[in-house]
Amino acid sequence: MSDVTASSGGDGGLTALSVSLRAVTKVYDSGVMALGPFDLAVRKGEFISLLGPSGCGKSTALRLIAGLAAPSSGTVRVARHEGVPQPGHGIGFVFQEPTLMPWTSVRENVRLPLKLAGVAKRDANARVDDALASVGLADFADAFPRELSGGMKMRVSLARALVTDPDILLMDEPFAALDEITRFRLNNDLLALWRGLRKTVIFVTHSVFESVYLSQRVVVMTARPGRIQADIRIETVEPRGEAFRTSAAYADYCRRVSAAPSYSGQAVL
Amino acid sequence: MSAEPANPSGNGTLKAVRFVLPVVVFAAGLIAWELVVRVKAIPPYVLPAPSAIIVTMINDWGVLSQSLATTLLTTLEGFIAAAVGGIALALLFNQSKWVEYSLFPYAVILQVTPVIAIAPLLLIYLDQQTAVVVCAFIVAFFPVLSNTTLGLSSVDRNLAGLFQLYGASSPQTLRFLKLPSALPYILGGLRIAGGLSLIGAVVAEIAAGTAGAGSGLAYRIAESGYRLNIPRMFAALLLLSLAGIVIYGLLALISHLVLRRWHESALGKDT
Repeated sequence: MSDVTASSGGDGGLTALSVSLRAVTKVYDSGVMALGPFDLAVRKGEFISLLGPSGCGKSTALRLIAGLAAPSSGTVRVARHEGVPQPGHGIGFVFQEPTLMPWTSVRENVRLPLKLAGVAKRDANARVDDALASVGLADFADAFPRELSGGMKMRVSLARALVTDPDILLMDEPFAALDEITRFRLNNDLLALWRGLRKTVIFVTHSVFESVYLSQRVVVMTARPGRIQADIRIETVEPRGEAFRTSAAYADYCRRVSAAPSYSGQAVL
Repeated sequence: MSAEPANPSGNGTLKAVRFVLPVVVFAAGLIAWELVVRVKAIPPYVLPAPSAIIVTMINDWGVLSQSLATTLLTTLEGFIAAAVGGIALALLFNQSKWVEYSLFPYAVILQVTPVIAIAPLLLIYLDQQTAVVVCAFIVAFFPVLSNTTLGLSSVDRNLAGLFQLYGASSPQTLRFLKLPSALPYILGGLRIAGGLSLIGAVVAEIAAGTAGAGSGLAYRIAESGYRLNIPRMFAALLLLSLAGIVIYGLLALISHLVLRRWHESALGKDT
């Protein structure tokens, strides 16, 4: 991926970075300070988790990166492919809910980003088929969302985020509403996808165990306003699998992440 | 509507009972009515027996069917005007808050003012056929307007964010997100509007009929009343009632067919 440039500004250090937030704050109209000042640098191809209690501004950070909201101060920089005309095209977003259009088929749901970007239907359909195959739903293209289980809906949502072949995948507590078995399976599938596609993934969660299992780096945030509490690198034998989930190293990392003050309950106001 | 074989949740006998019971009540009522009229020898200009109404319906079919066609045409025109006008106005409101704030109170005023009181004025300023259609429109457009407005503003916030993320243009958002989201609401509004446009047409016909012109079913009822042709009044009333039922059934069927694959309202309870 050599054809990547910074979207704005000539910061030389950004070339290896995918996302960079510098002294970013977000104050809502109600006067609530949701975030910041918040600094975050994510390297290309990195899988990081933003971990924190509810209302700590981690979703806000994600929305700022996606361009769905503007920061009150500070700069948000996102590296993109050159020549991508649509804003946000280089970003895939997976919401907490599957957020599918109930009135149309799985295929049409996944095709939506391409349709909005004006991609011809024949090209789009091939890419939709690829995306659906990558999440294991090739046989369900013509089903309607309500005919699917919660986990399958989430897979459709993931396929839709992947169909534009984005550089960055933003995931906002995507598996929080699923049962544990489905969640574990989707965790493994997501890791396999990430190993194959090597996209930058920023994964928001409030689960210590999920964040340690999935990511290379866990960024623990404080509540109101959201700031970085701890930045813990998870190093283990790749590829990760169920063996890692039951290893002593995993338990050790979980303990370290949990020991960050916002999780042990010392610094939460 | 016809029995749906594909619904496993519905107990078959229960469904049959729910269909049969009202029919039995209806038949019992008719028989009682017929018996009372015959036994007491009530003259038809006081209370015609059901059989007499049927006979009148057959004998006067030429006049009545003509009138039915006239009323249905008025209803249809008023309904289409209400559907197009209501949806268009709602879209306009959705695009601009200024327009909504400026015009919405007047839509409410038009709705709460009884149409029977507006009809005579309309008949002065407009030619009769137009006035009748306008009446049907006035009565029917508000539910379409208010339901569509509600539907357009009930779009899932995350889906709206998704469209924003992928750089959807305003027409794209309208076509692929807002209109499909609003569709169940719009269809609900149309279902109400169908019955209301018939009411509007009838009200206007009666207002116009007393002015001495017109040939719709409502006019037939008024005219038959003056002539003490009570059986024909009943026959025309029956036709109006049937027309209302058919209009409602058709719109409900269309709504069901359009929504059956995805919307809660059109699905069985256990799916």
